[in-house]
Amino acid sequence: MTETLFEKIWNSHVVVEKENEPSLIYIDRHLIHEVTSPQAFDGLRANHRDVRRRDLTVATIDHNVPTTDRSLPMIDETSSTQIKTLEKNCKDFGIKLFGINDPNQGIVHVIGPQLGITLPGSTIVCGDSHTSTQGAFGAFAFGIGTSEVEHTLATQTLWLEKPKTFEILATGKRKNSFAITSKDIILSIIKQIGTDGGTGHVLEYRGDAISDLSMEQRMTICNMSIEAGSRAGLIAPDEKTFDYLNHRKYTPKNYDELVDDWKNNLMSDANSKFDKSFTIDVDKIEPQVSWGTNPAMVSDITGKIPTPEEFGQNNEIQIESAKKALLYMDLKPDTPIIEIPIDRVFIGSCTNARLEDLKDAAEIVNGKTVNADVDAMVVPGSQMVKMEAEKLGLDKIFKDANFEWRESGCSMCLGMNPDILKPGERCASTSNRNFEGRQGSGGRTHLVSPVMAAASAIAGHFVDVREWC
Amino acid sequence: MKPFTKIISIITPFDKANVDTDQIIPKQFLKLITKSGFGKFLFYDWRFNHDGQEKSDFILNDSKYCDSQILVTNENFGCGSSREHAVWALKDFGFSVIISPSFADIFYSNCFKNGVLPIILDIVKIKKLLQYTEKIELDLDSQKIIFGDESMNFEIDSHRKIRLLEGLDDIDLTLKEDEKIQHFEKNSSIVSIFG
Repeated sequence: MTETLFEKIWNSHVVVEKENEPSLIYIDRHLIHEVTSPQAFDGLRANHRDVRRRDLTVATIDHNVPTTDRSLPMIDETSSTQIKTLEKNCKDFGIKLFGINDPNQGIVHVIGPQLGITLPGSTIVCGDSHTSTQGAFGAFAFGIGTSEVEHTLATQTLWLEKPKTFEILATGKRKNSFAITSKDIILSIIKQIGTDGGTGHVLEYRGDAISDLSMEQRMTICNMSIEAGSRAGLIAPDEKTFDYLNHRKYTPKNYDELVDDWKNNLMSDANSKFDKSFTIDVDKIEPQVSWGTNPAMVSDITGKIPTPEEFGQNNEIQIESAKKALLYMDLKPDTPIIEIPIDRVFIGSCTNARLEDLKDAAEIVNGKTVNADVDAMVVPGSQMVKMEAEKLGLDKIFKDANFEWRESGCSMCLGMNPDILKPGERCASTSNRNFEGRQGSGGRTHLVSPVMAAASAIAGHFVDVREWC
Repeated sequence: MKPFTKIISIITPFDKANVDTDQIIPKQFLKLITKSGFGKFLFYDWRFNHDGQEKSDFILNDSKYCDSQILVTNENFGCGSSREHAVWALKDFGFSVIISPSFADIFYSNCFKNGVLPIILDIVKIKKLLQYTEKIELDLDSQKIIFGDESMNFEIDSHRKIRLLEGLDDIDLTLKEDEKIQHFEKNSSIVSIFG
C-alpha cells in the first residue's frame, strides 16, 4: 500500500492506536516559550509531575522581549514577570533555555532549524501555531495549546486524531524569482483555498516550484499553512534540506547515517493518495498584497480593492466579512493597490526574518532612503540572523536608509512587546496575520513579502516591485 | 476538571464568521501566568471603546445575555493563534458550549481540555438556533439540543464525550499507557537534542 510522507511520519510515531479513537503519538521535539507555558508548569507542580524527556525539550524567550537595548530594565512589568517565570521554570525542571542574552535567542521557529534541533521525519510541537514553519524540513510540526504543552512535558506524547492529507502541487517557474517570492506563492494559495481550506488536513507542498525554493523560502510557505486552517504543512526533504541542517550546533553526531535513512524513506510514494488536492501554476503569480482582515483577502499588486460582492461571489458570509474588513481597513473598492499610502513598515516575524529575507530587502533598500512619511524597522528573526546580517553589512544599509535595526523577537508581528501600531496606522508587514488589532489596537496590516515591504518603505506606498529589480 | 452536566440556558446569538483568537483575547492580555481572570478581557476590542467604556451595541454587553452559557456563532470560529487563553476567557466569562458550523483545529482541541463543549451543526440548524430566544436544554449524554417542542441531535467523538462527562484528566489517562510509551522509547531511534 502506498503512503504519503505525512502518513509515514505518523505511522512511525504511533504509541497507542485504537479503532475510532485518537492515537497516542510520540513527540520528538518540544519547544517552549514564555507566553503559553507558565500554566503548564503550574499544572506539573500541582500534580507532582516531572518533565519526562528534558533531552527532547528546549525553551527560548521571543514573544515579549523588547527589541531595543536589552541592557536596560524592561518597562513592562507583566512581560518581565512572564520572562522571569520561564527562567525559573526552566531552572526548576532542568530545561535548556536560550535566554534573553543568549547568542542563540530568537523566534522559536527560527532557532529550531538554525540550531539543527529540527530534524526531518520527526514530530515537533510548540505552544505556538506557527510551529508549522518547521514542516519545511519534512517534519510533522504543529502548534498546541497550553494543556497539550503540559501533557507533552509530562508524557512526551499527545492524543491526536489523524488528520487528512492535502496535496498542494505547485508547478511552473516564477517569472521573476527575486520580486515574486515564496510569500507571494503562499498568499496566492490561501487566497484560493481560503482560511479554512486546510482545516483538519496536513498540507504537503510538492512540485518543481517547491523544489526550486531555498530552505528559508520553504519555511515561509510552511509557516503560513495555519493561515489556511492547517495545523501543519510539510515538504519532503532533499539535498537542500540535508545541507541546511549539517554542521549546526545541535546537528546529531550520526547525521550521515540519518540522512541515508531519510533519503530512502521520507517522501510520498509514487501514486500515493491524498484526501484533497490543489494545483497552482506559479508562472501566473504576481507580487501579492493583503487588503483585508484575514489572510485570504489578498490582491495582485496590479489589482484593485474588490467590492465586497466581487470578493464574496454570492457567499453572504464572505460579502459581510469583506464589508467589515473594508470599513476597518478604511479602504474603498476600486482603489488601485499601488495607490495605497503606508505609515509603517515591519520587516520581521517567523514568516520572513531570516537572513535571505533581510538580504533581499537590503538589495532593494541599498543607497535609497525611507520615505519621509514612513517609519520602518527591521527585526531579525534571531540573534544569530542579526549577527550574520551585520557581518554582511546589512545593518548599515538599513540604517543608512533610515530603517531602525533592532534586536530579535516576535515584535510587531503580534505586538506583545512595545512594538505596536497606533490606531489607524497602516503598515506593510512581512508577518503572517492581518487580523483586526493584530499589530496594535486599531492598526491596519497589509501582508507582503520582504522585497515588497522594502520597496514600499522607500516609495511610501505599495509598488510593483518587479519594476525595482 | 469538573464533569460536564446538562445545561439549560438561553443562547447568545453571535453571527460572525472567521472569529480569530486575536479577537477573542487580544495579545496584551496573554501575559498573565494563571489560567483564571481572562473573562473580563474577552472580545476586548469589540466590547470596549478606547477609553474603556462598554460599547452599548455589542451583544455581550446586553444584560439579557449575562447568564447565557451557550454561544452560537458562524464558520471557522477560533482561527489563528494556538493561545488556550481564548478558551479560558470564554469559559471564565460563562460559556460552556460553543455552537458553530466549523471550528479551527487547535481551538477545537483546546476546548475539550477545559470542559468547554464545541458543537458542529450545519448552517441551516445554526440559523434556526440564532433566531431562538427562549431557554434551550443541552444534553451531552444523549447528544441532544432541546428547544420548545423541537430537538436536534449533534455528533461528537465518543472518546471526547466520555472525557467531558466524567471530567477525566488527560495526563492521568495517558500515564496508564506508560508501559507502551516506555516500549516505544526503547524500540525507536529517538535522537536526543544534546547528543
